[in-house]
Amino acid sequence: MIYLNGNEYLKGSHVKERVDYVQVEQSEQFQQFMKERKRFILPYTIFFLVFYFLLPICTSYTSFLNTPAIGDISWVWIFAFAQFVMTFVLCIIYVKKAGALDKQAEQIIHDQIQKGGAA
Amino acid sequence: MNLTYFSFFICIIVCTLIITYWAAKRSKTTNRFYTAAGSLTGFQNGLAISGDFISAASFLGIVGTIAIHGYDGFLYSVGFLVSYLIVMFLIAEPVHHLGKYSLADVVVFRFNSNSIRSVMAFGTLTISFLYMIPQLVASGLLLRLLLDIDYSISVVIIGGLMTVYVVFGGMIATSWVQIVKTVVLLSGTFLLSLIVLSRFHWNPSAIITEIIQQTPLRKQFFIPGKLLDKPIELVSLQLALLLGTAGLPHILIRFFTVRDTKEVRRSILSATSIIGTFYLITLILGFGAIALIGYERLVDADPTGNLAAPLLAKELGGDFLLAFISAIAFTTIVAVVAGLVISATTAFSYDIYHHILKRGKASEEEQLRAARLTALGIGLISTVFALRLENMNVTFLVSLTFTVAASSNFPVLLLTIYWKRFNRIGAITGMVTGLIASLSCLILGPHIMNLNGGWITREPILPLYNPGIIAIPIGFLSAMIASLLFRNSSQPEDEEMAQFFVQAHTGIDIRRKSM
Repeated sequence: MIYLNGNEYLKGSHVKERVDYVQVEQSEQFQQFMKERKRFILPYTIFFLVFYFLLPICTSYTSFLNTPAIGDISWVWIFAFAQFVMTFVLCIIYVKKAGALDKQAEQIIHDQIQKGGAA
Repeated sequence: MNLTYFSFFICIIVCTLIITYWAAKRSKTTNRFYTAAGSLTGFQNGLAISGDFISAASFLGIVGTIAIHGYDGFLYSVGFLVSYLIVMFLIAEPVHHLGKYSLADVVVFRFNSNSIRSVMAFGTLTISFLYMIPQLVASGLLLRLLLDIDYSISVVIIGGLMTVYVVFGGMIATSWVQIVKTVVLLSGTFLLSLIVLSRFHWNPSAIITEIIQQTPLRKQFFIPGKLLDKPIELVSLQLALLLGTAGLPHILIRFFTVRDTKEVRRSILSATSIIGTFYLITLILGFGAIALIGYERLVDADPTGNLAAPLLAKELGGDFLLAFISAIAFTTIVAVVAGLVISATTAFSYDIYHHILKRGKASEEEQLRAARLTALGIGLISTVFALRLENMNVTFLVSLTFTVAASSNFPVLLLTIYWKRFNRIGAITGMVTGLIASLSCLILGPHIMNLNGGWITREPILPLYNPGIIAIPIGFLSAMIASLLFRNSSQPEDEEMAQFFVQAHTGIDIRRKSM
């Protein structure tokens, strides 16, 4: 399919600078790429939003986090530090995962545009 | 002012001016002036983002708030830090892919329209001035307290320095001043925190015991709800902090200063590590301040607690350390205001002068001259304002900038990048309504309308100190409703739309843009 798309490009008489973005956007390759991006960004975003707002909501509407967790340190502190850990971990996950998606984006640029442009 | 102070300050001023001189020789094109020609590495940009982001209000303010109010002060740090996840996951890469020099570029890429460019530029100018002038006022007051020099002299020195950096060195000088600031700030505060810990023989529970002795809150110090007692205030504050960063123009234009997407990610990863470490250090400093100085002395020196860090330095290392920490605070201020000057400059000289007044036809020399003149003008205007506002309490504006950014820039950027049915009218409505809503919430709120010493002496109409929970949804809803109401008008051609989405998410055009 990917090859076919490229092939279709070759048949057309495109000027070198002009890229048919409509075709690129509708290509299965790009749609697949967007789907994967969404599938990875959306759940993480929902997760960190929920995790983040749980802290102010729990500390201001309830007091169960005020109980000691480890020695004198109470759960509110653990939860606050957990936000730091979460931020750092999610950043690393993003960098790793987005790096993998980069390869797909490059492939799209290569297949859809460079080939089309070369014609 | 004794010799120690004098030499620290001279040292910083000379160092940053050397940087500016070096940068001035490299800022001969608009590309270099506005974005350092994308020449920074991700790590350097991460340091610069931290330098741009950590204001004196965060450094001195958070240490003081933790020392006086305990746990709640730390919630500010959490909000500031987690906000970078929004930037990383949703905003940074598309902004890098679509923008050339200014934030307006991103939205104009999709809706090619001069009215959007003007509105975006106006928003950037509003946010930058709203953030810059209070910082200048605060810095004048701070230097007066610390060094006993006249308010107007300190404002003129800081205002003059930030203007010189930007006029001559553009983005290159600004970035390197910010990088130096981050290194100095982080190492200085780290050193101070080590001294605090050594005072307690590296035993955390000794600090806790001492804090309970010193604070009037006793054990409640470690429990939330001492600063923001209304739950809605806290949630509203946390919402504004979370979404604000992703709407701050001076932070977002930093993503134009790196070469590619990988470096964008590396920038944010470095920035979050640095900012996270910094906030952990301020926690130790806040604890140290209350434990070693005691509540009465802190509040006597300054009721808001802003002098906690300097007082702590004096307690631990006498005049020498105090001079050192004051010099760090000074560097912190100039680095942040320089970042604001360059973002305001870009909005005016690139968006308004080049694109709107000159219809994009200004020559390279004209653009560069306009940029330098704009920077000079913006530096002068904000310094003059800061000089006149000495006796007004404007420092609260700093934290409200996050609300303004989160209810105007952020909704428009997010919807532009992700929502297919968003349109030109929606973008304009969202920006304008978001700005108006957040500013009116501020004017109608207790910061300005207050029976005890407000600018307007009356009962506040809107009783929220943190109006984010009202203003931010208004920004989003107005943008969305306007798009749906006017859905038949002003939709760009399919071709342009497709190009926008492909470029936003893959960055296809990047290599052509950089040539």
